[in-house]
Amino acid sequence: MSTIALQTDRGVRPAAQNAPALSGIWVAIAAITMAFAAFTSSLIIRQGSGDDWRHLALPGVLYLNTVVLLASSLTLEIARRKDAANLASTRSWLYLTFALGILFLAGQILAWYQLRGQGLYLATSPNSSFFYVFTVMHALHVLGGLAGFVYAIRRTLSPSSWRTTTLDAAATYWHFLAGLWVYLLLVLRMRL
Amino acid sequence: MLDASAPVVHQHAPPTSFIRKWVFSVDHKVIGKQYYGLALISVFLGMILSWLMRFHLVWTNAAIPGLQLISKNGAPGGVMTPEYYLSLLTMHGTLMVFFVLTNAPFAGFGNYFLPIQVGAEDMAFPRFNMMSFWVTFVAFVVLIAAFFIPDGPPISGWTAYAPLSAVGRDAGPGLAWGQTLWAISIGLFCVGQLLGSLNFIATTLDLRTKGMTLSRLPISTWAWFITSCIGLLAFAVLLPACVLLILDRVAGTSFFIPAGLVISDHLQPHAGGSPLLWQHLFWFFGHPEVYIAIVPAVGIVSHILMASMRKPLLSVKVVYSSMIAIGFLSYMVWGHHMFLSGMNPFSGLVFSFPTLVITIPATIITMIWIGSVYGANLRFHTPCLFSLGFISVFVAGGVSGFFLAQPSLDIQLHGTYFVVGHFHMVMGVAAIFGILAGSYFWFPKMTGRMMNDTLGRLHFWITFIGVYCIFMPFHYLGLAGNVRRYSSFVDDYLQPLLPLHKFITIAAFITGAAQFIFLYNLIYSRFKGAPAPANPWDATSLEWSTTSPPPFDNFGGRHVVVYHGPNEYGVSGAHGDFIMQDSSEPGPEPVPGD
Amino acid sequence: MGKLLAVVLVLIAVGSAIPILMHTWWMPEDISTHGHMIDRQMSETMAESGIAFVAAQLVLAAFVAMFGDKKDGRKAKHLPGGAKLVVIAAIALVGTEVLALGVFGKDAWAEVYFRKPVADAIPIQVQAEQFGFYFRYAGPDGKFGPMHPEKIDEGSQNFFGLDPEYDVESRDDIVSASLVIPMNKEISLMMHAKDVGHSFYVRELRIQQDFVPGLDIPMHFTATKAGKYEIVCTQLCGLGHYNMRAFLEVKSPEEFDQWLKQQSQ
Repeated sequence: MSTIALQTDRGVRPAAQNAPALSGIWVAIAAITMAFAAFTSSLIIRQGSGDDWRHLALPGVLYLNTVVLLASSLTLEIARRKDAANLASTRSWLYLTFALGILFLAGQILAWYQLRGQGLYLATSPNSSFFYVFTVMHALHVLGGLAGFVYAIRRTLSPSSWRTTTLDAAATYWHFLAGLWVYLLLVLRMRL
Repeated sequence: MLDASAPVVHQHAPPTSFIRKWVFSVDHKVIGKQYYGLALISVFLGMILSWLMRFHLVWTNAAIPGLQLISKNGAPGGVMTPEYYLSLLTMHGTLMVFFVLTNAPFAGFGNYFLPIQVGAEDMAFPRFNMMSFWVTFVAFVVLIAAFFIPDGPPISGWTAYAPLSAVGRDAGPGLAWGQTLWAISIGLFCVGQLLGSLNFIATTLDLRTKGMTLSRLPISTWAWFITSCIGLLAFAVLLPACVLLILDRVAGTSFFIPAGLVISDHLQPHAGGSPLLWQHLFWFFGHPEVYIAIVPAVGIVSHILMASMRKPLLSVKVVYSSMIAIGFLSYMVWGHHMFLSGMNPFSGLVFSFPTLVITIPATIITMIWIGSVYGANLRFHTPCLFSLGFISVFVAGGVSGFFLAQPSLDIQLHGTYFVVGHFHMVMGVAAIFGILAGSYFWFPKMTGRMMNDTLGRLHFWITFIGVYCIFMPFHYLGLAGNVRRYSSFVDDYLQPLLPLHKFITIAAFITGAAQFIFLYNLIYSRFKGAPAPANPWDATSLEWSTTSPPPFDNFGGRHVVVYHGPNEYGVSGAHGDFIMQDSSEPGPEPVPGD
Repeated sequence: MGKLLAVVLVLIAVGSAIPILMHTWWMPEDISTHGHMIDRQMSETMAESGIAFVAAQLVLAAFVAMFGDKKDGRKAKHLPGGAKLVVIAAIALVGTEVLALGVFGKDAWAEVYFRKPVADAIPIQVQAEQFGFYFRYAGPDGKFGPMHPEKIDEGSQNFFGLDPEYDVESRDDIVSASLVIPMNKEISLMMHAKDVGHSFYVRELRIQQDFVPGLDIPMHFTATKAGKYEIVCTQLCGLGHYNMRAFLEVKSPEEFDQWLKQQSQ
């Protein structure tokens, strides 16, 4: 039963650990995962419901983009491991990560142009439809991640308000997007 | 002010400008009231739509004066066309399920009270919270816009089954821009809800004040937390569904549209899609959605019942454990909306089993409530009346679900008024009773004034009797095979049922009119109600330990420390038969039988 | 107030139960071979649910009447047995109901959906469209001609898009606006949607099945009583949904053969 003594629990943590950014990111990751699970189920069901599945050769640039995205995860980790006293260095590596993110998006746009060049538009075949849906949806979430980096970079400019949780949250999200991309690439390769 | 062990919230100073205070506010209390206000507008609009529908069903060829001003095409000379009936039906369902039942009990009360009940100064992400309301508001505006376009709102129901919803204007009026606006609106609504769920979960996990362990959370907070978990995964599926639907409609894709459809003499240029895919995606969201509608009400009613009974429930832990079980099971039953859909019949049995099993936690909760009334000291104020009424109607709605859970009975009852009776009882009545109970209970805290209890009781009696008069007969109609979503009753077998429909319609007008007593009470009391003390109900949870209404940071700079659980009723406390959560007095003797 | 609520609850319980007990509004007579299983399931479920509903309202009424705040300083007390008793009772009651109905209910479902039609069932194709049902019989050759969506023409009543000039099997196909069948003979329906989703419901036959565009869905039944029965659409299909109806005409075998012969001419 309840007594006058306080119970120790998460409610009593020191201030620094209390920032909810990380919980928020994991919640967001759960939702995004669910959404892509829904898209994946749609692909599987659609593949079985019609006889118009036309194999689609993935543009080669996608593999290059994958390397770029994974590299950005690497640079992000380097940024995270920089000393809190040396925020300028953190910021530099964040800029690099951001640049690699932009490069990834540019590569995706190139992939879309290549597909268009082959006459494969959104409604041409169910394969092309899913290709665009998956890659565009992922790219939109990458934009969100880039916005997160802008926010983090701005915070490095005022050391008094810097918290590692901000970068932890942004990093968790970014790595998730990288992992998600690898998954999507596999699905596209195996199914389309 | 705050010490080192205080939870860290992004500190924002109180706003001063009108815009920052009441329009673009990051204060969860303002956002909660904004959601509630939006829900209030939606529910009265939805109710008026239902009046128009009920009128048309009984007096099909009569003119409704003025209706032609709202829609020239939909009601020429004031006489409703069959397609306009279906438009109103679609908008009624969409408004009620999304903008009322998800907004009020969850986003409305949850936003206002969850941070206070956990002892926080605001939600975890106040700016995302503000965004979530305004995205929802835009979704509302987009939806309502469908009323004002020439072709009118869509006619495919709130369920928007493909291909009717996907092929466009050939299939009927309202299916061009009307349906597209609907899909955009719902997509936006999903985004708003996801942002909301984010806040609820992070706040519950991370911003609880000192001493507020998970087991000391009020049952209403548990309910909001569980609901936000359910909603997170459910809305995350509806959003992709809306995206794919919009693509089929405007981009020429064929996710949901098969080949060879001839509609209005046009061979549709789509191929290969699956209408069942829409149903699977929709109901994978749709079934958890109905639990999103009811679980907050279950929490609110439990919360109010304990304060009304002056004793805790037999076991609060069992109640929220059952809520969690319901949350899990809600993801396994969606196929019971699709027994006759043409999916593999074996799936019918597979989905039937968890559907029947979900009865168990629901029954446990109900029996805990009823069993808890034994030995109580009930105070029959209006919140209590609506909470007790909730139990009654929740049972009524629950037992009809038992029929529909069995595929063999669904053969006879699917698509009839039996289904409509079932979901109106649980959602249109029970969930609404939860919202009303919460309204009467929390109005003093939110406004600093008491509502008029006499008017409240009058509202309760007319409503309680009225809803049974309206919705119990729906079940009889369904047993007789009365098909749903008919704009009028022309079939031979339906003619003998018309007198019952007339009875329902009249009951609906009377019961609906009684809701204006509530609205009047709400508005009048807001300005002229008796001043409310901090704790008018002698309740224990943290919202009652602060002023009515709470100050900007909820507790006036006080760092709240929690010493007790939220259910210390029927004990010897310093101020009566209860002990508040943040009271430093020692704990009580256990209630006999605990 | 508690006593008043109790009285209202009792009236509600009794008032709701009366139309059920008296079958004031009820299912029509069953004219199918499998319907008795559904009807029995319905009655059993109604009995169990009805008792649960009424009992809950009555017990709530009793407690609400007995346990108002008498303002005499009496302490609140718990139900003997507490939560444990309630949980066990709930699981026992509902668990047994659930098991019983689930186990027995599957037979009715299986009979309609798992069993294939018998070899000599009469095959009839049903097409649902905005806003009517049309029925096609295979004719003496026993074969259905292929359907060509681009050939559908309501004006010339070519509902199924048949091409008798080109397709031999189509020449003897019989298209009817009513579903005419012989009594006591199994009928095998093949359900096809021309445009959007529809559904086929005959209350007396105790069958209902959606039409899904893109799928051809089988359904079978046997009617046991002659007469004319309404077939109505139960899946929202557009503005004419309320008016979408056809008739099932169950005839004696001789009358049916005669009708078939007439259609062929």
